[in-house]
Amino acid sequence: MSEGIGARVLRKEDKRFITGKGRYTDDIIEPNQAYAAFVRSPHAHARIVSVDASAALAMEGVEIVLTGPELVADGIGNIICGWGVTSKDGSPMNMGAWSALATEKVRYVGDAVAIVVADSKAQAKLAAEVVVVTYEELPVVVGSVDALAPSAPKIHDNAPGNLIFDWEIGDLSPTDAALASAAHVTEMEITNNRLAPNPLEPRSAIATFNEAEDHYTLYTTSQNPHVARLVLSAFYNVAPEHKLRVIAPDVGGGFGAKIYIYPEEIACLWASMKSGRSVKWTSDRTEAFLTDAHGRDHVSTAKIGFDSDGKIVGLKVNTKANLGAYMSLFSSAVPTYLYATLLSGQYDIANIYCDVQAVYTNTVPVDAYRGAGRPEACYVIERIMETAAREMGMDPAELRAKNFVRSFPHQTPVIMAYDSGDFDANLKQAQEAADVAGFGARKAEAARRGKLRGMGYSNYIEACGIAPSAAVGSLGAGVGLWESAEVRVNPVGTIEILTGSHSHGQGHETTFAQIVAERFDLPTENIQIVHGDTDKVQFGMGTYGSRSGAVGMSAIVKAMDKVEAKVKKIAAHVLEAGEDDIVIEGGAVKVAGTDKQMLWHEVGLAAYTAHNIPEGMEPGLKESAFYDPTNFTFPAGCYICEVEVDPETGVTDVVQFVASDDFGTIINPMIVEGQVHGGIAQGIGQAMLENVVYDAAGQQLSASYMDYAMPRADDLPNYSVHHASTTCPGNPLGMKGCGEAGAIGSPPAVINAITDAIGNNNLSMPATPAAVWAALQDVSQKLAAE
Amino acid sequence: MKIAMTVNGKSVSRDVADNTLLVEYIRDNLRLTGTHVGCDTSQCGACVVHVDGKAMKSCTMLAASAEGAAVTTVEGLAKSKDDLHPMQVAFKENHGLQCGFCTPGMIMTATDMVARYQLEGKTLTEESIRHELEGNICRCTGYHNIVKSIADGASKMTSV
Amino acid sequence: MYETNFHKAATAQEAAALLNASEDGKILAGGQTLIPTMKQRLADPTDVIDLSGAADLRGINISGDQVTIGAMVTHAEVAGHAALAALCPSISQLAANIGDPSVRHRGTIGGSLANNDPAADYPAAVLALNARIRTSLREIAADDYFEGMFTTALEDHEIITAISFTAPTQGGYGKFPNPASRYAMAGVFVAKSADGTVRVAVTGASEDGVHRHGGLEAALSADWSASAVDGVEISSDGLLSDLHGNAEYRANLIKVMTKRALG
Repeated sequence: MSEGIGARVLRKEDKRFITGKGRYTDDIIEPNQAYAAFVRSPHAHARIVSVDASAALAMEGVEIVLTGPELVADGIGNIICGWGVTSKDGSPMNMGAWSALATEKVRYVGDAVAIVVADSKAQAKLAAEVVVVTYEELPVVVGSVDALAPSAPKIHDNAPGNLIFDWEIGDLSPTDAALASAAHVTEMEITNNRLAPNPLEPRSAIATFNEAEDHYTLYTTSQNPHVARLVLSAFYNVAPEHKLRVIAPDVGGGFGAKIYIYPEEIACLWASMKSGRSVKWTSDRTEAFLTDAHGRDHVSTAKIGFDSDGKIVGLKVNTKANLGAYMSLFSSAVPTYLYATLLSGQYDIANIYCDVQAVYTNTVPVDAYRGAGRPEACYVIERIMETAAREMGMDPAELRAKNFVRSFPHQTPVIMAYDSGDFDANLKQAQEAADVAGFGARKAEAARRGKLRGMGYSNYIEACGIAPSAAVGSLGAGVGLWESAEVRVNPVGTIEILTGSHSHGQGHETTFAQIVAERFDLPTENIQIVHGDTDKVQFGMGTYGSRSGAVGMSAIVKAMDKVEAKVKKIAAHVLEAGEDDIVIEGGAVKVAGTDKQMLWHEVGLAAYTAHNIPEGMEPGLKESAFYDPTNFTFPAGCYICEVEVDPETGVTDVVQFVASDDFGTIINPMIVEGQVHGGIAQGIGQAMLENVVYDAAGQQLSASYMDYAMPRADDLPNYSVHHASTTCPGNPLGMKGCGEAGAIGSPPAVINAITDAIGNNNLSMPATPAAVWAALQDVSQKLAAE
Repeated sequence: MKIAMTVNGKSVSRDVADNTLLVEYIRDNLRLTGTHVGCDTSQCGACVVHVDGKAMKSCTMLAASAEGAAVTTVEGLAKSKDDLHPMQVAFKENHGLQCGFCTPGMIMTATDMVARYQLEGKTLTEESIRHELEGNICRCTGYHNIVKSIADGASKMTSV
Repeated sequence: MYETNFHKAATAQEAAALLNASEDGKILAGGQTLIPTMKQRLADPTDVIDLSGAADLRGINISGDQVTIGAMVTHAEVAGHAALAALCPSISQLAANIGDPSVRHRGTIGGSLANNDPAADYPAAVLALNARIRTSLREIAADDYFEGMFTTALEDHEIITAISFTAPTQGGYGKFPNPASRYAMAGVFVAKSADGTVRVAVTGASEDGVHRHGGLEAALSADWSASAVDGVEISSDGLLSDLHGNAEYRANLIKVMTKRALG
């Protein structure tokens, strides 16, 4: 069987995971290792009056206790947001200071105040409990709308009114004019619930300072070890870049939460230098709820107008984005350039305006979580389209199709230039797979069983593979978003691919090997993917935003182009033929149309012995490339969800979930389907189960799996996953990205289905049984009143 | 205190604190790190091992309570190091894992589940597999391929 | 978890003696609540006395319609006991849906009752079945045993040894699991004994833990049917309101779960 592009190759990485031989950060024990525990604020907002560590320091096994003022005195820099966003009035965003260990104030429950290092985990935890921190409590605000109220407590001195920025995109007055002239206007309030990413492996770090070499090593649960090293060096001054090695070994899921460089990694590195010990910290689950960056948390109002034909004339959205107590690494980009730029959806909309107020609250910082901004955009446009269709008495699919973009490239009024797609094809494929025609009969049959059946659509589009570095730079990004690759052909012909992408479940060791196998016609077992170690791999940008295919693999293709050229030159030289006549196939490099050939490994050997290579050619067979994309990619698709609601309890079963996606070229359908399954599960989780809940005092009520409803096997259906693809013109493989689509497209499909079933459109996520039941009571009360 | 038990067929004994959890004994003392910890409240199931032939959460059990017991971890599931258990094969063939962190617990739960159903002469359906997985959380796969893997693993275990 | 001293008792009597001798000891039955509580540093016993070696606390005994279940019988053993399932399917079905398979392999009926978690399942069964809780000191009637959330009639050094009850002629358990924890948000056990007495116990829903529901008992005594339940007013007073559902929702669940318990 072919192992090349399009083949369902079983994963090369699986054996170590199914036999328990994976190597995650917490599996590693360094010699002379000590354990860290953090003293964390129990208050959501308070002034630190004093910290007394004397009792802790006197305890057996305790090595060191360090606090914020010492960290500042040692010159460790504040944690920064790496994407500058400018307000409507031209002013820069108001970034408040975030010290890895709090100095004067704590701003959310869980804010780190001190690090305790001891011989054992138990000793560290015990000692952390006896560090006496005296707080002066301050008033607390947890919701974005409340935080903007004039009476709200001020969280950062340099952010008056807790406003981080007030940003806008699109043209206001044409949009207002279009809405004023519209034949029908639909207006909604739309809330996007706060989520905790919950990769199953908790975050962990082991920092080792080698005094003799003045060198640091950090094992960490990171999606982007090079970015971690850059930020730790350039901004946090923990160690110079050439004196810091960051290794992200096997990482147990990320979903965005492991992009950022958190206080704990900084503090462990610093504490290792201070104590001379290797310092290990592993989060427990409740600590993860209290410290891993959360996702979503938008409150929006949206207004869409149609002409008498059902064509959209304008869309206006206001969004309040809760960024939590501090600005996390990419937090500013999520509710702006990753959100409002996708509000056009799959539709041709001439006038769009969106403004976004980003605010501080006394909650965990909010940043990118699977989808990052795009699920929020998709939820706004797909909920309001469904609602508008109901209000106008139109078929929701028909209303969508009436407004589809059909010619490409398509420039939206909100930056994005869609490069390809066939939205009709996805809609049709999904409708057929979902047997939409048979829905009426199924609904009637469900009714006979006392169940309410509903169906909902979501026609999503998103932007991945971010993105041209110059473009994101002009929009405020602090980094370039290219990717790098190195292709090393060894003297024996085996190949190592060094990639700046990082796999934490995505199967890169398999799919990346497949494109190499395809190109050089070699078995994947001869190809090794190397990633996740800054000492081994050249600089790279890591894995997030569904970029490893479209950007990371493109870099490999570019490097392979160079390898192929050199291979052909060597073979032409040895075989005394023209370069253009050389072909690579079947493990050999041949002169086309003749029986003259070199075996693949003979070319490798020739390159390294350099006994007989073209004059002037450098020995060796190793090439690297940096690939900077020319545009975003635009995965799109149609999801159709069917639910049955038990009216007595509000329990909702997702009885059918159909996905038709356009991901461009697919390297390994098995892995792509797995990505879609997982994404949909997280989307259904957001829509029906998951919710981070704070009380008014800023205590997180949902900080364990006792109260945060993680989707389980019996909450979820089997998924019916299909592809109707168009090739992406923007990269050499034609790929669009598949990692986030499921999480982006699915929530509105679910809520559209449930609201269809219960006949009440006033339903927020998560649609828990209690929420659905309450919405049903509203319906029956309304009916009774009529 | 000294705690002795049989782990993956080998007698082991370690001197540990009384409050050592079985999962800590396995991971930190025996250095068998395939058994994982993903939560604090006994819900995620990444730590599931077999104690005297029954699936249990090693994070919710003291090592001392397993004194004298026969414990099997994911490392000891296959007959030999060159071999894979049919359930391990099924997880690979059906793409039943992504990041791999929940996988050992899933596989240990799955083999226990299949063994119980076979003993009781009951057939595992998709619905019963999903119900039986109540104590195992996966964040990556959406469970679709895990359910498929277990059904396939069950038939592979029957035919062995 | 904090440091503690571990002891393994071979009999209930030995466990009681160890408990007596300890400063602030705790009995470890299946540990499915105690261990997580200790891990979260919410419990700090000086001593832990493990009953897993106490053979006298194991075993299910059935004699006619009399059932005795040893305190250390696991949920899986209750769920899998064929003779018990034939005589009293409601308790088998209840046990089969406690926690998950791993929890059922370890968790015990005695542990569940001693802990009296307000969202646990067994308390509803024991109260509705009018069971007797045998301890190292005495026998306690179910009506006298449960004293509110996490509170029971057990003395400090008293250990549950067995639970006995007369199998009902009809019975059932309706459970609505919390979407996150899967504990009962409302669990209703209904039981009708040979003399026609109906007892209905509700777990999970109330601020005061497991309790009997007089209105439902009266209605079902008169007419053992779902339609009888429809006419009962379930007050939301004293019911829990939390992020998973308010008191009104729980009141509704009590009604619906009662109907489902009837089968």
